This record gives sequence, structure tokens and C-alpha cells, in this order.
Amino acid sequence: MLPAQEFDLLLGTLAKAGYELVGPTLRHGVIGLGVIERAEDLPKGVADEHAPGNYRVRSDGSPGWFGYVVGQESWKRYLFPPEQTLFRAERDEHVVRFAGETPETRRRALLGVRGCDVAAIAKQARVFDAYDPGSSAYGAALAQTFVVAIDCSHPAATCFCTSMGSGPAADEGFDLALTEIASDTEHYFVLRTGSASGRRIAEKLTLEPATRLHREAASAVSGRAVELIERGLDKQAAKRLHADHPEHPRWETIGDRCLSCGNCTMVCPTCFCSRREDTITIDGTSAEQRLVWDSCFNRDFSLAGGIVRESIASRYRQWMTHKLSTWHEQFGESGCVGCGRCITWCPAGIDITQELAAMAGDRGAPP
Amino acid sequence: MSLSQPHPRPFRVCAVSDQLEDTWTVELAPADGKRVVAAPGQFNMLYAFGAGEAPISVSRIHADVLAHTIRAVGRVTRGLRQLVVGDTVGLRGPFGVGWPVETMSGGDVVVVAGGLGIAPLRPVLDTVARERSRFGRVQLFYGTRDRASLLFQDDLKTWTQQNIEVNVIVDRGSPDWRGPVGFVTQPLEAATINRSATALICGPEVMMRFAAGTLLRKGLNPEHLHLSIERNMECGTGQCGHCQLGPYLVCRDGPVFGYDAVSDCLAIREL
Ligand SMILES: Cc1cc2nc3c(=O)[nH]c(=O)nc-3n(C[C@H](O)[C@H](O)[C@H](O)COP(=O)(O)OP(=O)(O)OC[C@H]3O[C@@H](n4cnc5c(N)ncnc54)[C@H](O)[C@@H]3O)c2cc1C
Ligand code: SF4
Ligand code: SF4
Repeated sequence: MLPAQEFDLLLGTLAKAGYELVGPTLRHGVIGLGVIERAEDLPKGVADEHAPGNYRVRSDGSPGWFGYVVGQESWKRYLFPPEQTLFRAERDEHVVRFAGETPETRRRALLGVRGCDVAAIAKQARVFDAYDPGSSAYGAALAQTFVVAIDCSHPAATCFCTSMGSGPAADEGFDLALTEIASDTEHYFVLRTGSASGRRIAEKLTLEPATRLHREAASAVSGRAVELIERGLDKQAAKRLHADHPEHPRWETIGDRCLSCGNCTMVCPTCFCSRREDTITIDGTSAEQRLVWDSCFNRDFSLAGGIVRESIASRYRQWMTHKLSTWHEQFGESGCVGCGRCITWCPAGIDITQELAAMAGDRGAPP
Repeated sequence: MSLSQPHPRPFRVCAVSDQLEDTWTVELAPADGKRVVAAPGQFNMLYAFGAGEAPISVSRIHADVLAHTIRAVGRVTRGLRQLVVGDTVGLRGPFGVGWPVETMSGGDVVVVAGGLGIAPLRPVLDTVARERSRFGRVQLFYGTRDRASLLFQDDLKTWTQQNIEVNVIVDRGSPDWRGPVGFVTQPLEAATINRSATALICGPEVMMRFAAGTLLRKGLNPEHLHLSIERNMECGTGQCGHCQLGPYLVCRDGPVFGYDAVSDCLAIREL
């Protein structure tokens, strides 16, 4: 049990262990992620409102420090940077030498990772590790990362983690997990450890053990959060979407609404697509290759003698069926964790759960 | 922990030969002293200095020398066009699942190629020609645009000598062409095909769909039908997302697929 007034003890212990601390910060009316040093830097007394295509943060004077959910940013940029150098090449007459870049890996503590995002980190790790286990830059960055999860107490209207089995409380994939108990009369956190490094940090904190009352208060928070979740998705129908409805007329209707802006792919914590960009110096002797985030909503994303997905409907179908269905065949699980970001940040207000329900409602393939 | 990002291996250009005006073959050998093992139907990511990488099939395998037959269409392939003997080129690979050469052994073989699709099939025909007694009747149906775009003419002669039935057809006739004119399905339609033969098809997607349709109508067992699918790819290792075809990552699960695995996907528009 960690009293709120001693929260800085946790932050200080992590900092002393060499971790840079990254956590939620309120900037320009959005809960983003940034470097934090003390509890003061957290967005306190605020709540967020989410709806398809809508987002608002308001001060409600609530006593908690984590009474909101995920913002537009996800943690993926810390583990899978939007831009990274892969290699450099030097040319001297006929001879070319290649040198792979050694990515800077920083010891970093991610503070306040929600259950959905803990699950998303594990999903991306499996994608990047599938080809050559143990050799990915993602895995190397993750090995230097300390994850402090926080159980959600105030899920948003766009959250559907319960359907995807990823929240509102994380049950694995973290080093430490916190449940916040906040009222006008008391404010403390109940800790769980999820790894050896989590236990080492917890030992240094020399905390009072949580009493039965504390633990019951913590499970009440999570229990209430489960009940507050309004949105849902039929996971079996999701898995079958690609097989059952590849040519459902609904794709055309979505295609008419979707702007193909790619926002959903940028905010999604599991989207991993990338392209490589090559540059060369003016004298032609040095070249570099960089990896940058890409989006399946780009027109030339898929080529086979020409552009494969000319219509926006087909691009949305690619994105949604990949998240919900074909990720299962490719990586053995769903590609969606139910964080709801794609719903909130879609300028057209397209809602993946509603679209699935509309199609899954039609049993069997339409004529 | 320090970890180096994956980067190309240096390969030495041992030979460059022009096949056509825009298509040529480069032979590459490892320049780092390490071995390279490739199978027919696999591909490599070839790096053109400063221009980028492109997936290119292995078009001949000769110990540690891998041939690649390339058509210049854009930035990377035009960059690769500049290579001369003695140059270094970057290569990552080989990647992917190739042709089922081992399971073909003992039976008849039907090879259908359209245009540059003959390139990834050449190592299969090489194997058949080299180990001819391991295979039964072997038929090649090769359709190309016109006489001037006919690839691997010397090989066609060698294969004929090795008792491979070579059928070539061009889309557009010309005074110097005395063979048949039309679509590759025509000679396929006319030929007798053993229902239990193994068929390998590579070419533009429409051509593969038609050729597969013809073979299946003639009674070929779909389980013995294999196609090589083309999708652009950035990584070759199942991490860039570009080459998805429904449930598949073409670079990892293909490029060669059993017909039954991909026929549904190929029938869906813009998948
Ligand atoms: C598994 C596999 C094996 C291949 N084997 C060979 C081979 O043996 N020989 C060979 O010459 N080519 C082969 N290709 C195709 C080759 O990879 C592309 O032609 C090449 O990537 C084009 O790159 P570029 O930078 O030169 O052209 P870009 O500048 O990228 O594009 C030029 C034009 O080509 C089209 N294009 C780009 N990429 C592709 C693609 N992958 N397929 C079809 N059209 C495309 C574009 O739409 C554009 O019109 C293969 C592709 C795959 C996926
Ligand atoms: S698809 Fe939407 S809800 Fe699912 S993980 Fe991605 S952003 Fe979150
Ligand atoms: S679904 Fe929404 S967020 Fe995604 S590309 Fe379309 S308009 Fe943009």
C-alpha cells in the first residue's frame, strides 16, 4: 500500500534505478505522454469524455490522479519509434560497406499504462519477434523498459477492453501495477508486482502491507470499472469477419464516410506497418535507410502490378479485418485490445464495434 | 544491451547479361565469406545504393552464385540497372516459401509462366533438366508479349533437349515469329494434362487465375496446383504489413502458395 503523499517515493526510486519516467501529462487540453518527475506533473482532478469523433478533457476537481483513460498518443512510439535509422552504407568505387544502426535504448519507466496498452505492447512484441526471436529492436527496447500499469477506475464510453480480455485491470505484462483508491477522505494505491524487477523496486519502497480493507477497496474499483463499460464487441464474430463478410455491402457505406486519413492507424497501439525510406548524400558516397510508420490507408500501400486497393472501402476493410480477423492467422491472436482510440480520433466518427455489429448481425455471407 | 538493426549483406556482381532491352540478369556471390542457401521460388531483397530495396526472385541457383533477372520499372530497379561486374550490391534473404520441388519428384510436371514469371520458375526447370530421370512428363507453357520479349532462349533450347515439352505463345505476332499467337491458356487447353501432375504457375494475377481455371477444368487435382503471388514488400520478414493478402503475409507464407489456400482471396476484388 502506497499512500498518495508518498507517490514521489516510487518515482524517485525508479529514477534512482536509472529509469527516465514517462507518464500522462495534460497538454493543450489532451492527455498526452511526456517526461514526468514528480506526482505534481500528473493531470490531477480531471476527467475525459470520449465519443465517436469526439474528445474533451474537463476539470472536475475529482480527488484521483488517474481518473481518465487513454489519450491520442499510445506508448508505441517509445518502443517502436515513428522514425528510426536501420543502416548506413558507404561506397568507395566498387566496394560498399554496410553498418547496421545500434538503436539508442534508454532505461525508461512507463508510468500509468492501462490494461489495454499493456496488452498492446505484448502484441507488438510478438509481431516484431516472430521472424527472428530475440533479435528485434523492439524486444531490445522493451527489455530496458519498466512498465507501471494502472487499473482503470473511470472507463470511457469508447472503451471495450472487457470484450478483448485486456482490461480494465492488467493481469500480466507489467512490472508493477497500481490500483488507485481516491475519495475526499483517503487517497492511496494498492500495488501488485508482475516481475522480478518489479519486486526489486517494490522492496526498496518498504511499504506497509495492504490490509484486507485496502485489497477489497482495490477490487471494488476494478469491479465498478467493469460495470461502467458500455461498449462491447462479439469476439467470435470479430474473428470470423474476414471469412464471413468480405463483400458485405456495408464496406461501401463505410467507404463513403471514411476520409482515408489514417488517424486510426496512427493512434492504434498495435498498428505496426512501416515503410523504408532511403537517402543518399550529394556526392553519392553515403546512403542511409530509415524505417517510418506507414498506414494501410495510403493509396499505394499495396501493389501488384498496380494499386491493389483503389477504393477507400477496400482500405477500411483491410484495416478492420486485419485488426479483428486475419491477425489471428498471422500472429495467433486478435490485433485489437479494445482501447477505443480509433473510435474517438476518427474525424468521421466511424466506430469499429458498431460496424462489426452491423455486419455480424447478418448471419452468413450475403448474396 | 546493444543490438544492431538488420542490414543487407554485401554480394559481389560476378556477371551481368542483357536479356531484353529493359530486362537483364545479374549473378551475385557473397562478398563476406559466408555461405548463402536458396531454394527455387525464394526471393531476395536487393538494395540499390541510396535508392532502396526491391524483392527479386532467384532465377538460377549455382552453388553460392544466385542469379536474379530484373526488369527496370522504377527507382530501385533502375538503380540496380547500373550494376557492373565487380560492384557490390546489398542483399537480404533468401526469404519465403518456394516451389514444392521435392514433392514433385516421381510425377509429371506442368509449368505455366507469363512474362517475367518465367524467372522464378527457371530454377525449377533447371532442377528438372539436371535430374531429368526423377520426373515424368514435363510440360512448359510460356506466354509472353511478343517475340522481342522472349526470355531465356538458350535455356528453352537446353530444356527441349532434356525432353521438356516447351510451348511458347506470344500475345502479338510479328514477321519474325512463326509460333502460335494468343493467350497462354490456348496451348494449355489443347494439351493433354495428367490429372495427377504437379502444376506451377507464375505470372500476372489474371493470367494465373485463367491458367488455374483451365487446368482445374481439365481435371487437375487442386492440391497439386501452386501459384507464386506478387505483392510489394518492404521487409521480407513479416513486419512491414505491405504484402498482406487476407490472412497471409506473402513474404512469410508465400510467395508460393497452394491453390486452395489463396483461391478465395484472389477472387475478392481489391483484397
Ligand atoms: C516475391 C516477389 C518477387 C519478385 N521477383 C521479381 C523478379 O524476379 N524480377 C523483377 O524484375 N521483379 C520482381 N518483382 C517485382 C519487383 O519487386 C518490383 O518491380 C520492384 O519492387 C519495383 O520497385 P521500383 O523501385 O523499381 O519501382 P517503383 O518506383 O516502386 O514502382 C514503379 C512501378 O512499378 C509498380 N510496382 C512497384 N512495386 C511493384 C510490385 N511489387 N509488383 C508490381 N508492380 C510494382 C508501381 O506501381 C509503379 O508503377 C518481385 C516482386 C515480389 C513481391
Ligand atoms: S483497433 Fe481501435 S480499439 Fe482496437 S486496439 Fe486499435 S485503436 Fe484500440
Ligand atoms: S476510419 Fe476514420 S480515422 Fe480511419 S482512415 Fe477512415 S476517417 Fe480516418
